[in-house]
Amino acid sequence: MENKEKILEVENLGVSFHTYAGEVKAVRGVSFHVNRGETLAFVGESGCGKTATAKAIMRLWNPPFVEIKSDSSMKYNGEEIMDMDNKQLQSLRGNKISMIFQDPMTSLNPTMTVGKQIMEGLILHQGMDKKQAREAALEMLKMVKIPAPEKNIDSYPHQLSGGMRQRVMIAMALANKPSILIADEPTTALDVTIQAQILDLLQGLKDEMDTAIILVTHDLGVIANFADRVQVMYAGQVVERGTTEEIFKEAKHPYTWALLSSVPALATENKQELYALKGTPPDLLLPLERCPFAARCEYCMGICREKNPAEVSLGETHSVACWLQHPDAPEVQSFYDRRKK
Amino acid sequence: MAEYLVEAKNLCKYFKVDRKRMLKAVDNVSLGIRKGETLGLVGESGCGKTTCGRTLLHLYEATSGEIYFDGKDVSKLSGKDNMDFKHRAQMIFQDPYSSLDPRMTIGEIIAEGMDVHVKLTGQERQQRIVELLAAVGLTEQFAGRFAHELSGGQRQRVGIARALAVDPDFIVCDEPISALDVSIQAQIVNLLIKLQRERGLTYLFISHDLSMVKHISDRVGVMYLGSLVELASSEVIFKNAKHPYTQALMAAIPEVDFDGDGKKKIERLEGEVPSPINPPPGCRFAARCKYATDICRQQQPQLVELEPDHFVACHHCK
Repeated sequence: MENKEKILEVENLGVSFHTYAGEVKAVRGVSFHVNRGETLAFVGESGCGKTATAKAIMRLWNPPFVEIKSDSSMKYNGEEIMDMDNKQLQSLRGNKISMIFQDPMTSLNPTMTVGKQIMEGLILHQGMDKKQAREAALEMLKMVKIPAPEKNIDSYPHQLSGGMRQRVMIAMALANKPSILIADEPTTALDVTIQAQILDLLQGLKDEMDTAIILVTHDLGVIANFADRVQVMYAGQVVERGTTEEIFKEAKHPYTWALLSSVPALATENKQELYALKGTPPDLLLPLERCPFAARCEYCMGICREKNPAEVSLGETHSVACWLQHPDAPEVQSFYDRRKK
Repeated sequence: MAEYLVEAKNLCKYFKVDRKRMLKAVDNVSLGIRKGETLGLVGESGCGKTTCGRTLLHLYEATSGEIYFDGKDVSKLSGKDNMDFKHRAQMIFQDPYSSLDPRMTIGEIIAEGMDVHVKLTGQERQQRIVELLAAVGLTEQFAGRFAHELSGGQRQRVGIARALAVDPDFIVCDEPISALDVSIQAQIVNLLIKLQRERGLTYLFISHDLSMVKHISDRVGVMYLGSLVELASSEVIFKNAKHPYTQALMAAIPEVDFDGDGKKKIERLEGEVPSPINPPPGCRFAARCKYATDICRQQQPQLVELEPDHFVACHHCK
């Protein structure tokens, strides 16, 4: 990586949902940064706060039901997103930071042609007139390789297939050449051959426009092939982070090990018992004093049930929040030791 | 030739779209499933996997072709034989959220099939429910609960218990794990494998998750736009596939490579799956295939046994 300019810095982000049952603390003090032109992946089970974090960056949560904690700090290019008013937010969203949502079937407006939907952002942010915007939209559709763009620019979303809709979403998100693209499970709803096409497309666009991508996914295969850095989330916290290589080859957190083990590698013996993580994630309604993973962790020690471990740095890019890293902790057999057998 | 428990011959299932157009969901599919094995069925969405599974269970009336279950033609069954078939062939559905009646307790859901097929006294019935719950790793207490009180993984376990209730020989598992979280998927797959070992079940495992299919299946069939393009042992399909579509599909799997240098170039297949409504003549895959020639566009290739137990439908595979 030649340039390491931080484009986004998030510090101590907290997001809570206010429900009838009480306050669900979905994101608990998450900090991270994104460099220009890199891909950072968020990985974890459903409900671990991946999407909640991603949406918070765009301030897409509405009070009073969802609250972004006031001591959170999110800086885009040094500007505090938390302090922005609606007008500033509008020029941020879709312009400097844009988002591709999980479900291409439901996140497009069914009553507008796809061309109009792409043009909307261009007219708003770039001040183009309709004719220019239409041309730019056509250009975008060509770039994301929609077949017959001249014809499909006037199609409604229901006339397009899932893969094509996802391309439209990408075209929309990239129309204003944002510096950050948040892709929330961009390929989960798609088939593998289409997934490969979409990932290729994102990679190409990233190289071309130097866009930073935040990739939210639970598919480790996608991460291994696509991300530069990974952050593993559990119960609203980051439990481990590092470069893709560090996470796949030198992971230190038992939860990361569990994730890695549950991938059925194409090379494993058939019908062998797959590694399955027992139990379920903790109830986010409750306060978490101890390590959130303690109840499901094979290596759980006394201290794990009492205090939440702090993040320990293991190198320039690699850090982990686990008591096993404490100097007094016993040596344990890691995922890699087991794999060798 | 080994004994097939379930066999389909030239199975077709067409849906009428309007007066002129016909959607060929399953077109001329022939396959056999041996007793005690798992046949995986893979393919992209809309390729007819689910329709194929449902037609095999006679939940859909086949447009043409024959289905044999234990040597008997399913479409000609009536009365007692038909009841017998329904009790020996069961299904696990894709969506554990919509396939359980929200107004019935879990116990009632599981017992419903038993009430139809097996005569039991109240006490036996209750005992059987508890046994089934235990078999799928749930406790007795679940019998009195309702579906909305359960998590996705627990619901899918109930779906499995319901299928097991009538002691079937054959279960069609229609995407049983795709609605579940990764860590829960492994639990359900382990459960299915364990039950198969204990009870000698035969599975048709329908999924688009290729690595899971590889893991659970003995043999794998690959479907593309209503036709079966390749059928072979799971090993062969994943390592030595012959059909260009299977090859492309395998190459598109983003795999975690723990030992290599991490990133592998994901190969891409150009274009998208065409519509199955009035498909063009010839090989269904021709439009996206890099090897396609004139014959591919004119004549639909038949499934041929190229090597023992390795069937391929392609003009160019020799």
